[in-house]
Amino acid sequence: MASRLAPCHAGDSVGIGEVFPDLAKFELEGKLPGDLNGKVILIDFWATWCAPCKESFPVLEKLHHDYAKRGLVILAISVDRDKKKVASYLNKKPVSFSVLRDVTQKLVARTNIKTMPTTFIVDQQGKVRFLHNGFHAKKTERQYIEEIEQLLKNNKPSNGP
Amino acid sequence: MKKTMQLIAVTLATLALSGCATVKPWERDTLADYTMRPDRDPLGSLLAEHMWFSREAASGGRSVGGGGCGCN
Repeated sequence: MASRLAPCHAGDSVGIGEVFPDLAKFELEGKLPGDLNGKVILIDFWATWCAPCKESFPVLEKLHHDYAKRGLVILAISVDRDKKKVASYLNKKPVSFSVLRDVTQKLVARTNIKTMPTTFIVDQQGKVRFLHNGFHAKKTERQYIEEIEQLLKNNKPSNGP
Repeated sequence: MKKTMQLIAVTLATLALSGCATVKPWERDTLADYTMRPDRDPLGSLLAEHMWFSREAASGGRSVGGGGCGCN
């Protein structure tokens, strides 16, 4: 009975200002980048069956190229149940940023996202600073750039005086 | 009689609770499948609609005008 009731309740969700759950505690398939401390992290929940998610990948790729050196880490977390579909898609359209798969869908359930895709931009302290529901082409791209620039300003220059 | 009422109450409660189940955004893979699209076979849909409005003389068909003579 409890399982029947479960969907009726508004589950936990992760909102702006909250600390994003520790990714290491979830059974994510794929290689999690080693040191995420002090990095600005863009966490994107996507799936191969979600057209806007795939539309956002070239933008994420561009962001990775432009901001990785300045301390941005992009983690695209697939919620696909079929591992082969993810592999097949990435073979056709390879990307440079990290792609993981939420095998048990526990992380996505914990974040309780409202749309596909959903993107969290997490600051150097691990707190969610920006949240994007869906992907709206140029508009979202502009917002990503503004928000990432804003967060990266807090980074100390690596080879400064 | 009392038992029957209890059984009906339990059945109705179960049905009401099962109605709360929702599909979360990340669980929509099956719904997003190509085979779930109503317009996946345009030619098939066209032929089916033609047969439908030809047969349904009284109603004039599905959003199509005409008397159902099968000539259009």
